[in-house]
Amino acid sequence: MPNPRIYRTDAVVLRQRRLGDADKICVLFTPQRGRIEAVGKGLRRPKSKLAGHLEPLTKVSLILATGRTLDIITQAEAIETFPALHDNIDRLSRGLYVAELVDRFTDTASDVGELYRLLVGALQRLNESSGLDLIVRWFEMQLLLDQGVQPRLDTCVHCDSDLTPEGNAFAPLLGGVLCPGCRVGLPGRPLSAKAFKLLRFMQTAPYGDVARVRIDEALGREIEAHLREVVQSALDQEVRAAGFVEAVRATRPLPTESSP
Amino acid sequence: MSGRAPVTAAPLARLIEAFHRLPGIGPKTAQRLAYHVLRAPRDEAEALAVALLEVKDRIQLCAICQNVTEQDPCTVCDDPTRDASTICVVEEPLDILAIERAGGFDGRYHVLHGSLSPMDGVGPEQLKIRELLQRLRSADVTEIILATNPNLEGEATATYLARVLNPIGVHVTRLAHGLPVGADVEYADERTLSRALQHRVSLTAAPAAADEPPEQPADPADAPPPDFD
Repeated sequence: MPNPRIYRTDAVVLRQRRLGDADKICVLFTPQRGRIEAVGKGLRRPKSKLAGHLEPLTKVSLILATGRTLDIITQAEAIETFPALHDNIDRLSRGLYVAELVDRFTDTASDVGELYRLLVGALQRLNESSGLDLIVRWFEMQLLLDQGVQPRLDTCVHCDSDLTPEGNAFAPLLGGVLCPGCRVGLPGRPLSAKAFKLLRFMQTAPYGDVARVRIDEALGREIEAHLREVVQSALDQEVRAAGFVEAVRATRPLPTESSP
Repeated sequence: MSGRAPVTAAPLARLIEAFHRLPGIGPKTAQRLAYHVLRAPRDEAEALAVALLEVKDRIQLCAICQNVTEQDPCTVCDDPTRDASTICVVEEPLDILAIERAGGFDGRYHVLHGSLSPMDGVGPEQLKIRELLQRLRSADVTEIILATNPNLEGEATATYLARVLNPIGVHVTRLAHGLPVGADVEYADERTLSRALQHRVSLTAAPAAADEPPEQPADPADAPPPDFD
């Protein structure tokens, strides 16, 4: 069946880039079609009726016309603008990181409703909750699960023996965790018992349960380093916004678990 | 069929290719421009070539404000009648022209040469932020006006700069947000409208102070959790 000439969808605007003098290409993440790119005509003009609704990190309701190469956005209405996320550089830096993850991991697909709900949920929490880094870590883990590239945390990736929390090494290039007996001579970085338990908990627990866990700064940085390594090895490239998160952190005293 | 000689003469093809590399110039426009140059009088083509080379040879960045200039310091930084205690921070040199056209600002400028765009790899290190901080150490500046664009990248740049500049003690302000002249309220997005309401101005005879924006609700405190063990 041919594609309809006009279709309606909700979407999260992941990013924009300029097209010619007045237009922009919007990278959108939609629940039914996955990641798509569409042209926003005249978005760079001051009186554009669409521009304010299509800012990145906004949830929008769209009507698009099917184009030869790219679809064209004909109507847009912002549903959730996440104002606190846009006005606070700590929240914004994490929001951009989450958006870049989705942008890099996904492509045009038929049904990505679950990942779409995860993304909207992450943006809602980044807009209104505390514990920003934990929100991002949990989203990272859920994204890795969704994409089927989550680290193996139940058995050793080398000998298949059941893992206990103590003495393991994290080896994302091998796909998970090395037990104390196998870690010698194989690439991996030390994995603390607390980090091991937390990573395993994050694979199965809903965010509400994970948010109740008290995480000190050292543990937060450890799971961030581990998960970032998994993400980079899955993408085979760095996530650029990660550097921005670091730069924003450097502008203020080191954040604590309860920082915004 | 392979092996045929190209139809377009090599110098003309090179000129078409050069025009095609310019932003916003497609293949057809590049061909039209190249044939225009071909048909134009020699002195017109020479003037174009000289202008191109002069831009590369004689234009530099002002050591103070980082604007593009032929002389260093630029005419704005070298003008003693302009207020040196107020600096307007803009993304691009063209933004200075727009603000000068509007009139009403007699301070000086600082050009960042871009805005924060983390997903494109543009972070604080890629902008002229370090030069701004150095400038603040050596000059007696009392106010910084952040005139970055009211989009995600411009807002990120402004909030980042405010974070970096506040500890220095300089007064940091941001261009107001609101409805553009000639726009329809009906089509305004909710962020623009809410900011326009927050920053509304009084039209009563006695000038009243603008309302303070409502305080943001505090973040919900985390429930007292146990240690993770």
